[in-house]
Amino acid sequence: MIRFLIPAAIFLALAGVLYVGVVHSPNKSTMQSALLGKPVPKFNLPVLGKPGMTLSNAQYAGRPWVLNVWGTWCAACREEHEALLEIARQNALPLVGLSWKDDDDAAVDWLTQLGNPYSVVAVDHDGRTAIDFGVYGAPETFFIDASGRVQYRHVGAMTPEVWEREFLSRVPRGGLP
Amino acid sequence: MIPELGQFALILALVLAGAQAFFGIFGAARNDLRWQAVVRPAVAGQFVLVSTAIGVMVHAFVTFDFSVLYVASNSNSALPTFYRVAALWGAHEGSLLLWAWILAAWTLAVAIASRNLPVSFASRVMGVLGFVSFGFLLFTVATSNPFERIFPVPADGRDLNPVLQDPALAIHPPMLYMGYVGFSVAFAFACAAMLEGKLDQVWARWTRPWTTMAWSFLSVGIALGSWWAYYELGWGGYWFWDPVENASFMPWLVGTALIHSLAATEKRGVFKSWTLLLAILAFSLSLLGTFLVRSGVLTSVHSFAADPTRGLFILGFLIIVIGGALALYAWRAPLLKSPAGFEGTAREAFLLYNNVFLVSAAAMVFVGTLAPLIADALKITPLSVGSPYFDKLFPMLMLPLGALVAIGIHAAWKRGQLGNHRRRILAGFGVAVVFGLTLVYAVYGRGKMLTPLGMVLGIWIIISSLFDPIDRLRRRLTLPRAVLGMTLAHIGLGVGIIAISTVESYSVERDAAIAPGETLALGRYAYRFDSIKPVEGPNYDGVRAEVTVLRDGEPVALLHPEQRNYWVQRSTLTEAGIASGWNMDLFVALSKEVGGGRWSVRAQLRPLIDWVWLSAAFMALGGVLAVSDRRYRVRAVAAEPAVAQGSAAEAT
Repeated sequence: MIRFLIPAAIFLALAGVLYVGVVHSPNKSTMQSALLGKPVPKFNLPVLGKPGMTLSNAQYAGRPWVLNVWGTWCAACREEHEALLEIARQNALPLVGLSWKDDDDAAVDWLTQLGNPYSVVAVDHDGRTAIDFGVYGAPETFFIDASGRVQYRHVGAMTPEVWEREFLSRVPRGGLP
Repeated sequence: MIPELGQFALILALVLAGAQAFFGIFGAARNDLRWQAVVRPAVAGQFVLVSTAIGVMVHAFVTFDFSVLYVASNSNSALPTFYRVAALWGAHEGSLLLWAWILAAWTLAVAIASRNLPVSFASRVMGVLGFVSFGFLLFTVATSNPFERIFPVPADGRDLNPVLQDPALAIHPPMLYMGYVGFSVAFAFACAAMLEGKLDQVWARWTRPWTTMAWSFLSVGIALGSWWAYYELGWGGYWFWDPVENASFMPWLVGTALIHSLAATEKRGVFKSWTLLLAILAFSLSLLGTFLVRSGVLTSVHSFAADPTRGLFILGFLIIVIGGALALYAWRAPLLKSPAGFEGTAREAFLLYNNVFLVSAAAMVFVGTLAPLIADALKITPLSVGSPYFDKLFPMLMLPLGALVAIGIHAAWKRGQLGNHRRRILAGFGVAVVFGLTLVYAVYGRGKMLTPLGMVLGIWIIISSLFDPIDRLRRRLTLPRAVLGMTLAHIGLGVGIIAISTVESYSVERDAAIAPGETLALGRYAYRFDSIKPVEGPNYDGVRAEVTVLRDGEPVALLHPEQRNYWVQRSTLTEAGIASGWNMDLFVALSKEVGGGRWSVRAQLRPLIDWVWLSAAFMALGGVLAVSDRRYRVRAVAAEPAVAQGSAAEAT
């Protein structure tokens, strides 16, 4: 009769997982702490639409920048696109895109049609770099400071409010180097 | 003063829900008729009180009472009346209120319809429902008071999220909740049966209409959400596998399994413990869906994540309700015997295979949705899956299921006797192959590999489901609504498979930047950008373009895509211009001005896309028809000998 206990056992395990999820969910602090203050994960990826070129984490050393993980298959990315375009117009920080597990043609089409907010888009076909960043669902946006450390992570669609409160506020006063 | 009345009504409702749970469950346990007599008045009182709370809230919205925080956050003086009412469920607190109200309504329906059931059983059912209601009302009152005031009173409200200002999305949550909450009735029936320690075929007959009804509502709710995503996100997709969608899809899959397993339990007395488990599971997934959407565990909803007590409360509630039910199951289910045996090709067996595939599909969605969370909790490499995972796995489970439906429809109870129907099965398959492949290669041209498969399968299912009703008509037999409903729902499945296969393979789209006067060619069609003008609505302004679609040079449709800027929340929304035809949608969405009067637009041809939602309508209508069948209205308390003469003609 043990088999009738199996559903209850599975549920208890799940409840444990959900508990961890809830306790850690406010501002996603644990997920952030895994990477917060740590050097940005190393990567060297092809650049979207520029065959032969690559982009590495070292290229932005010495200045703060922002990494936005997106995919054309992700509805929330479409939702945040207007906000990203607005952010790009401010020209306050370099906005680097990470095209995550996506079809390159689809990604290029997307940017042609909707406008391209990114200074450059790196292509992460197998999702390895996204894993290094601990990405857990597109879109996600990271703030990396001048010393190359991840200082903030935003999960979900970017909005002008989040941008002002969490990203712009982290740019050192006195402007960019 | 009036908002406080609403809050007071909620607190009274909470007390009544507690009484309903206590006297229902313990009254039946003590076999005390006076205790049990309290239950129905408590149900009625609770419904009146929660309705009062809802009424107070609607009143606050309609009269612009911005002293109520929830109204100030989700309404605005420029918001049209219809959306001021719909704003009630525009955010967390109001959604809970709606949840509680719909539960009260379902419980009232149970109270009225259960007069012919044994007293102790009906009391237990209402007692369990009262317990669920108690939890939800306590959650609302303790952590999410919708009537909270704000001082100083703001001059105007922050407006309803513009995304929600849409007719389809306005009625999507009530439909969805009708489905979610409706499964609580099946859940309560299952718990009551376990408490009684008795589960027979009559029980299954009582449970079936409630389950089917909830499932029909859920089908409509999901389809409305999908339809909205199609025309509102400006993107042309209809399903994105995002956590919120998945949260509603999982109970639907398990609910579908439950409907079929209940049929086998009613007709043949088999799968008793499995049916119980599915009934628990369907409602658990509904609760889990509410939890996932409302707790901010999966999506970062900021207002909510700020308050972990809410997440913990729901989790505690989940543990008590689901954990309690599963513990009861572990204790009681071993007592249930399923005596009747059946052959591997009997209808019972096909229903079992159906359940295996449906539950696997639900498990697949579950794993995909919760993968990031589980990986995070186990501290292993963060793992996440996007729509590629679902797009690959889902058809692999659904296509075999489709084939099983097409064959299984012909199987008789107990002994499949498929041999007798060999000609029907083969003829149906033959016609489907010829017709499907003709359609694929002659009309649409080569597509993906799955296309011919889906097309043939869909047609095969439709043909297979028509055999039995046509047979009955030819033999001048009655055609009960249950059979008609089942047929309609299965046709819906076939239509859905055909539509999805077609849309996925033969959609054409093109993005380009064009200026007024220019034309964008798309296959035989051409989209001519005629003009663009400013437009103003009650609470937004924007631009509205006029696009004429020409086929072979002849104008066939006039589209009006819009780009709207909602004033209060300063957000931009795309309203796609769509001309729906029976065989194809002509779709155009405006994106943005790229300079020099040129606009970047997305034009699409989406063949058969409306049939995706129509298939859900077929299923829902089928469900409603089946529920209205006379057999469920038979007034009989005495356990009638549930006849189960195996015949393919019997409806499931």
